[in-house]
Amino acid sequence: METIRIGNASAFWGDSNDAPASLVELAPDLDYLTLDYLAEVSMSILAKQRERDPAAGYARDFVGVVTSLARFWKDGRKLRVVTNAGGLNPAGCAEACAQVLRSAGCRNLRIGIVSGDDVLPEIQGAFAADLHTREFAHMESGAPIETIRESLVTANAYIGAAPMVEAIAKGADLVISGRVADPSLTVAPCVAHFGWKPGDFARLAGATVAGHLIECGTQVTGGISTDWLDLDTRNIGYPIVEVSADGSCVVTKPQNTGGRVSEQSVKEQLVYELGDPSRYLSPDATVSFLTLNVEDQGNNRVRVSGATGGPPPEQYKVSATYRAGYRAAGMLTIVGRDAVEKARRCGQMVLGRLRAAGSEPQRYHVECLGSGDAIGQVAQSNCEALLETVLRISVFDPRKEIVERFTREIAPLVTSGAQGTTGYAEGRPPVREVFGYWPTLIPRARVKPQVQLIEV
Amino acid sequence: MPAIRLGDIAYARSGDKGAGANIGVIAREPRGYEILEKHLTADLVERYFAPLQPGKVIRYELPNLGALNFILPHILDGGGSVSLRTDAQGKALGQAILELRLEIDANATT
Repeated sequence: METIRIGNASAFWGDSNDAPASLVELAPDLDYLTLDYLAEVSMSILAKQRERDPAAGYARDFVGVVTSLARFWKDGRKLRVVTNAGGLNPAGCAEACAQVLRSAGCRNLRIGIVSGDDVLPEIQGAFAADLHTREFAHMESGAPIETIRESLVTANAYIGAAPMVEAIAKGADLVISGRVADPSLTVAPCVAHFGWKPGDFARLAGATVAGHLIECGTQVTGGISTDWLDLDTRNIGYPIVEVSADGSCVVTKPQNTGGRVSEQSVKEQLVYELGDPSRYLSPDATVSFLTLNVEDQGNNRVRVSGATGGPPPEQYKVSATYRAGYRAAGMLTIVGRDAVEKARRCGQMVLGRLRAAGSEPQRYHVECLGSGDAIGQVAQSNCEALLETVLRISVFDPRKEIVERFTREIAPLVTSGAQGTTGYAEGRPPVREVFGYWPTLIPRARVKPQVQLIEV
Repeated sequence: MPAIRLGDIAYARSGDKGAGANIGVIAREPRGYEILEKHLTADLVERYFAPLQPGKVIRYELPNLGALNFILPHILDGGGSVSLRTDAQGKALGQAILELRLEIDANATT
């Protein structure tokens, strides 16, 4: 049966920059490489970078990745890359990639630029018409968007595969988009290759499942598996899906890599960030996971078939971000008898000093790590026996100076805290700006994806 | 009645969904799914995670995968970017749920 082979070698911005070239090297018959860079609030980080430099606003790491892939194209290998690394500036990202490819001696390559996901102008238009607009309310809480009108930073729709399909059909070797739904990075090559029609929902559903399975990279090949300790975790292989014309797929990884593709690893990733399994919403199809069949074929090959689906929602999901305030987290290690009790009292001392100075943060959270605090002590409660704990104090406030004041109150515990207070070599913790996440919806007709091609 | 550690009959994965999180719990053996379906109720999961204020827990069943999917709509203290917790994105909740003890009757184990 004819298949196309689609790999993923970047699960998020921060994944290994060596992985893409390594996967391409280890999988000579790979047709497409997908690379995901955008988490929910990544766009706000890109917005900050673009404020400082209008030419920025995309995942810069990707340009380095393209540099590492140039030798394959130069050697004449037919490899296509599909990525959302464009962030807020896909055209700028494409231009930077074109430059490094030219410098590396690559010619006759085409870069497809997919944009139009930025819906901030639509939201600003709604405000212009009515300051109390009822559009763009928070998807979960129902709060009106005027709550964040002054602090809104970005708003991007999760668009689907269609514009990426168009770019591939026009001969793009690299497709660089802004915000698209993560599985659509995989759906697009499938549609371009097999020529599925927009109403082929069962096939689109299958490809969406394939995309869901590889979008988090090594999470489907053994990374963060429940039985991780039983695996060979050296050099865990990045995933490949072999997608068939009917939309079913086999999940696998290159030979001679670590990790494992098994019924377990695939089922674990199927349920990752899953909501209602009968209605997995994506811009290409609404997918049911309730008809899926997972079959372990051995030798790190697992077949996933049986996806069913229907039309996608009438609206695109939008991820908006807004300036919420500032945060910092400080840590100290407390060693000795009654370590947890001592650490909690240290946490109280810091809060007391901030209160006395009139600088109490809006939110203040103390954890004694090692005592089970990271999970609310639901599974552990014998704290008295612990001979060491990590005290972690984390604060949030809309005012930067309040958070800065907090960062100066950790170190004094080195001399005024409990005996056995140590681990202060990192100095004052950094103050970070916090961007809130505002999920909302927009009618599809109001989003106009665009495709543009440039030659290298 | 004997108590069994959930992790002995199931594996899990968790992640964030806005201000909430989901936890998928998957039976290691087909028979294990019957135990999960009967004993690992939304109510039990909600009580287990009460210290983290999970909100009203919803359970979905995926018998084709031998899995249950739990939605804990408010467990992340405001959500990934705003939460002050170490586990701001609910990555550790899968490990946490596997320490849950299920009280099961003798018929279920034979």
